[in-house]
Amino acid sequence: MITEQTPADERLCAALVRHLESGFEQVVLAYQHRLYGFALRLSGNAQDAEEIAQDAFVRAYRALTTYTTEQTALLHLRPWLYQIALNVFRNRVRGLRIAETPLDGKDDEGDSVALHLEADAREQPERALAAAESERALAGLIAALPEHFRIAVVLRHIEGLSYGEMAALLGLPTGTLKAHVHRGVKLLRASLESLESQESRASRELHDAASVSEVG
Amino acid sequence: MSDTTTTPLAGVRHLRQQLRDLASVEAPSSLLAGILTTAGIADRYFTLDTPLGVTYIAYNDHGLSAVRRPDSAAEFERSFRQHFGRAVYPATEPPEELVNELRRELRGEGRARIRFDLRGVSEFERAVLLKALEIPRGEVRPYTWIAREIGNPRAVRAVGTALGNNPIPIFIPCHRVIRSDGQTGQYGLGGPEAKRTMLSAEGIKLDTLEQLNSEGVRFIGSDTTHAFCFPTCHHARRISPAHRVYFRSEAAALAAGYRPCKVCRPAVGA
Repeated sequence: MITEQTPADERLCAALVRHLESGFEQVVLAYQHRLYGFALRLSGNAQDAEEIAQDAFVRAYRALTTYTTEQTALLHLRPWLYQIALNVFRNRVRGLRIAETPLDGKDDEGDSVALHLEADAREQPERALAAAESERALAGLIAALPEHFRIAVVLRHIEGLSYGEMAALLGLPTGTLKAHVHRGVKLLRASLESLESQESRASRELHDAASVSEVG
Repeated sequence: MSDTTTTPLAGVRHLRQQLRDLASVEAPSSLLAGILTTAGIADRYFTLDTPLGVTYIAYNDHGLSAVRRPDSAAEFERSFRQHFGRAVYPATEPPEELVNELRRELRGEGRARIRFDLRGVSEFERAVLLKALEIPRGEVRPYTWIAREIGNPRAVRAVGTALGNNPIPIFIPCHRVIRSDGQTGQYGLGGPEAKRTMLSAEGIKLDTLEQLNSEGVRFIGSDTTHAFCFPTCHHARRISPAHRVYFRSEAAALAAGYRPCKVCRPAVGA
């Protein structure tokens, strides 16, 4: 499926055509958070995410230096950048490092989430803390999903790509992708439920222990 | 976990909302600088103590790109972008090897092998700057010498402009180029005063130079070798006072049967 170039991407591509270096700086400014977030969800930790995002952008720039004006002008930046980031991620997984994704949800990425929630925390400390904890837990569970389910869920539900865009990006039929997303979400729900029941059991035990000590 | 987390984590709609929330992540501020400097479209900088005080040094894969003395880091970043059309970010840690090379150069310990990024300068400017690099520490040459050496003897004023626009002063020693009459002349990195500071720091005796200048002396010859030099040439400095011959012009030296020194090349050989 051919998707339309968005107006924002059209402007960025025009800037790239005018002057590659300064245009590329605008592209980075426009996409750095999204691409970093994407890499963070795929890799499950902040350091890998930064390396993946940096590598992806640098590759994108090197590719752009070889493109003709016409190729650059018609580029679908968003899926193109996701595609490069995905390739960088896959190469890393296949190659040297396989990111360690602890199942307890207390991964390295906690820091950046905490930072991100800092402003909220000042206003509503308890709610922000609870939200940060469940967000961190969810991020950990996503990182633990099998790779193809993880990629599908992240692209569809976190990055908000259409199935058409995903099909073009991943080279898979939309039916397959829908199945991957469905399976991925189902697995997530199941792990969330088991995490929840573990937690409530733990808090019940804590509560029981407290009442015992009161009685005793 | 207590009563504050009674919201059910499960439930498809709630989960989808939670997933959407995960998209709002802020990239660390180091990412932008990392991308642009690795791609080679932004430079890094650090500060270094020089005879002129705290000096800002920018560099990239091609070598040193800028040396400036702004009032603040913000001012440096702004003026760098304005001049070069690209961003400059503070180095996360100063590049040790480069810093050592620059310090060696400032101490005058041998010839440092510093690389320079001269992509932004014209062919003519490059020729001028590379010629200035040939002037040894502790010596000076006139603007006319540069013009003649690069094969453009009449472009003296343009030589002055090119040196004034030197993007990498101190390390491309434009301060070692002075006026033919011995006046130190202009200097982009802080005016004539700063230029004198640089020259003094390199061991130039400005008093002696000005004394000779006031007497109209441009060249010093040796009556044993019959060669003549610029006064700061290390060959001139080795001539003992008894054998020194002073000349007011090339023509006078040549007429007296003296030949130009092969090292400092004060005139085209006869």
